[in-house]
Amino acid sequence: MGKDVQGRRDFMGMALGGFTALGGLGALYAMKRSWDPLPSVKAAGFTTIDLSAAQENVLNIEKWRGKPIFVLKKTKDMKPDDRDIVIGSDRFHVSIGLCTHLGCIPAYLPDKRKFLCACHGGEFDTSGHQIFGPPPSPLEIPPFKIEGTKLVLGEAGPEFQKMLDAGLTV
Amino acid sequence: MAKFEKANSVNEWLDQRLAVETLKRVLSTEYWIPKDINFLWAMGMVLAATFGVLLISGIFLLMYYKPDANLAFDSVNYVIMSEVGYGWLWRHIHGVGASVVFLIIYIHMFTGIYYGSYKKGRELIWLSGMLLFVAFSAEAFSGYMLPWGQMSYWAGMVITNLFSGGSLEAYGLVEWIRGDYVPGDAFLTRFFMLHVLLIPLVIIGLIVLHFGSLRIPHVNNQEGAEIDFEEAAELYKAGKKKESKVIPFNPVFLSKDVFVMGVYFILFFYLVFYHFNFAMDPVNFDPADGLMTPAHIYPEWYFLWSYEILRPFPKDPGLIAFGIAQAALFFLPFIDRSPNVAPAHKRGLFFVWFWVLIVDMIVLTVLGKLPPEGIFNTLGTVAAVIFLLLGPALIVITKFEKKL
Repeated sequence: MGKDVQGRRDFMGMALGGFTALGGLGALYAMKRSWDPLPSVKAAGFTTIDLSAAQENVLNIEKWRGKPIFVLKKTKDMKPDDRDIVIGSDRFHVSIGLCTHLGCIPAYLPDKRKFLCACHGGEFDTSGHQIFGPPPSPLEIPPFKIEGTKLVLGEAGPEFQKMLDAGLTV
Repeated sequence: MAKFEKANSVNEWLDQRLAVETLKRVLSTEYWIPKDINFLWAMGMVLAATFGVLLISGIFLLMYYKPDANLAFDSVNYVIMSEVGYGWLWRHIHGVGASVVFLIIYIHMFTGIYYGSYKKGRELIWLSGMLLFVAFSAEAFSGYMLPWGQMSYWAGMVITNLFSGGSLEAYGLVEWIRGDYVPGDAFLTRFFMLHVLLIPLVIIGLIVLHFGSLRIPHVNNQEGAEIDFEEAAELYKAGKKKESKVIPFNPVFLSKDVFVMGVYFILFFYLVFYHFNFAMDPVNFDPADGLMTPAHIYPEWYFLWSYEILRPFPKDPGLIAFGIAQAALFFLPFIDRSPNVAPAHKRGLFFVWFWVLIVDMIVLTVLGKLPPEGIFNTLGTVAAVIFLLLGPALIVITKFEKKL
């Protein structure tokens, strides 16, 4: 009898433990989902910018998904790069304006023709390649699609896909 | 139902139902503290009192603060500072308290290191204390987000980016932590929750554990001497207070604590009333702007040393060094191989090690505030490397330490 009771208690214990574990896992999943970005946040992810009015060697900063977007029309003597967006005869450097080290916004120095991040001293050239300091990779290029002289950010066009496949951005 | 006699006083009535007399004896009047200590032993109660002051000032700030990306800045800088009667007082107490509490935590930690108060039998005191340090750091960081100024936003940006793990590029994790692509409303409200509820609960739990872990090994003393607490307690209770090596926590030790607290709070409120600006970064009086990074981003002074370990290296090694630096102190009871429980000045090379550690952390702290240029870069690298080498050095030094 005593053994029997023990057996029934063990069963009750295991059943309770099993259901508790199941419920616990479910609760953890719910908690994880509650921390996810909201659908409204995810949906508001497209921005269109017009490149026709850009001036050479003047940095324009646009906003996409809350992040600053660098738009720099290159001068003729700046080195062309595979990361440039070419529209007609103009070359543009477009990138997410956050240092790839820890996400500060680098400043553009038009005279020295480079970006300088004040946080940890990282530097990038006019094609977004890191040339000094801790940044491990070039400035990232946002997904874009060319529509005439306009650029839709958030949508991956064939030009962006090509850069992505070539490993020029992440 | 147990049998209850008629009580003759409120105390007796409570004692019958809650055993308050026993509790009082166990927790205070017969909790024994060694006599051979100095004012540094009061830092624990100074910390407890400061936590109390932070809690009370925080409650009043909570009455008017609005956790909303559009309203937060004004609710702090206009409503609390200009409209609420004495709102400025709570804010300055809270800001100064958050800064000063770290000064005392560091003194408390280095006292423990100097006197070997983390050794055999006292490991849990050290570990629970380190967990408290981590919890206080998280509390300070989450609180720093709430005024939603430029420094709040960019500190939030930089610190959450650490979770991308360098070349692992775990941006999904970063966006999950933020609840957005960049720090925004979801970010602010969840850090508000952490700051006012979850982390304070964890801190309170850890304080209980920290106190509890002291109970059996007892507080260390200036010589690291082993004391027969039961024998010493009997002597004290028999009236031989001079001969006994211990005093009761309450009222004897506590009266000393209260004196040190008195001195401390004079300094504390001097800062609150006349020098609160050191805890109020001027850059944070600009509202958060995701399209403009401030010229220099630096954390509050108490995080500068670890920030400086992150800075001089390339991204991945920097993150690894940073991770090691955060976790290294946890292992102190296990990498100190010497059995000696003694003050550092009796432990030969350990004494040198201790002061190199202190000086190196001060150097890192100073460099963390300076711009990352020229000679400062070199010095920063040297100081960071020295910090990382101090761990292996301790193993070697303590391995060959003479037994006292």
